[in-house]
Amino acid sequence: MDKILPDLATAVAGIEDGMTVMIGGFGGSGAPIELIHALIDRFRATGHPKELTVVNNNAGNGHVGLAALIEQGMVAKLICSFPRSADPVVFTEMYLAGKIALELVPQGTLAERIRAGGAGIPAFYTPSSYGTDLAKGKEVEEFDGRPYVRERWLKADYALVKAHLGDRLGNLTYRMAARNFNPLMCMAARTAIVQVSRIVEPGGIDPEAVVTPGIFVQGVVEVANPAQEETLNRAKAVYPEVAQ
Amino acid sequence: MNERLTPTQMAWRAAQDITDGAYVNLGIGLPEMVAKFQPPGREAIFHTENGILGFGEAPPPGQEDWDLINAGKKAVTLKPGTAFFHHADSFAMVRGGHLDVAILGAYQVAETGDLANWSTGPKGVPAVGGAMDLVHGARRVAVITDHVTKDGKPKLLKQCTLPLTGVGCVTRVYTSLAVLDIDGGHFILREKVPALSFDELQTMTGARLHTDGVVADLNAPEV
Repeated sequence: MDKILPDLATAVAGIEDGMTVMIGGFGGSGAPIELIHALIDRFRATGHPKELTVVNNNAGNGHVGLAALIEQGMVAKLICSFPRSADPVVFTEMYLAGKIALELVPQGTLAERIRAGGAGIPAFYTPSSYGTDLAKGKEVEEFDGRPYVRERWLKADYALVKAHLGDRLGNLTYRMAARNFNPLMCMAARTAIVQVSRIVEPGGIDPEAVVTPGIFVQGVVEVANPAQEETLNRAKAVYPEVAQ
Repeated sequence: MNERLTPTQMAWRAAQDITDGAYVNLGIGLPEMVAKFQPPGREAIFHTENGILGFGEAPPPGQEDWDLINAGKKAVTLKPGTAFFHHADSFAMVRGGHLDVAILGAYQVAETGDLANWSTGPKGVPAVGGAMDLVHGARRVAVITDHVTKDGKPKLLKQCTLPLTGVGCVTRVYTSLAVLDIDGGHFILREKVPALSFDELQTMTGARLHTDGVVADLNAPEV
């Protein structure tokens, strides 16, 4: 068994028009910037994939990573909890112009919907959003005298995720708070593609320390020294770079 | 004697109620400041939605590690005993009743405990984040807010007019003028700034103020 992929272009080659793609990260931490940029490169060369539904906590920041994917017009719909950031101009303009659909989900509900998708649980009840606009049209049931809102699982065709260490079997560790949604998205996607800072031999990760077991991962690609969205934005980076 | 508390003083006042050993989530913005004012001898553990328990203060500029941020996307630091976990576990801590206190900001709070703090109406881009989860599960849900809006309208009301974050969820309110509990569908005044009479405070409040015993003076040090 060898899940290691030779390069970023190969890693994103299977994503097709109209697919649902979970993209890991919370803001910039854990965001797979290089995988996203490889997907943009493919779109600019071939016109595909487009009309994507993207699941992420946010809606991008600046003009790199998820914001750049949206700016290219590749995303038809975004499912997220907090489409604001230090520089949310890309999403904000597209949304207000009616060029991108938004499904707003409370953050904990988003996490649990993804977890449920990966765990084979089609629906669950949560107290979150009860009595609010975000619960409109959803079934409510009382348990032990308190009302709960029914929410559905969330699954995806692909997940693009950043991790720290990975082996050819797909076992992963994450770095600090860059873990966030990423282990859940690996579970919920039919094909989870992970960029890791370093590939190690099987056994190179202490079994006690494995966070995502390899069964949830289909592809691993090494990206040493991955870019941080925050660092790129402080340098006012734009992807793809505009020719001078 | 305080005429009104500054935002920093409001954060100081809220911090005085956090007990030793409490697990606490602080909302983005003003509530984040509460962490700075932990009374000596008390150890609270702070939780952030993006998967950290027991993080430390902001690092000096230039020493940020952007894999180590809080829910407001600001850089934080490690402390001995820090723990990382994924988002589903993080919100299990929230909804599962494991947090002792959540402190949030507010646009409006109603005497029923309803909170509106995520949307100012249909214009613009809606964003909710973790607020709708945080108002459920924590044993105490407190709010820090100015007593009135920038143009002088009450923020403490009989009923919220803005879209709700949660129903019947707030149990304590720290404002620039008062500390109030919410119980049985009433605002119960616990402390007020000594510069204002009860009646003056009532005119600045959009719901009836109740008392239950002594109303203490609300004074905060220069912080």
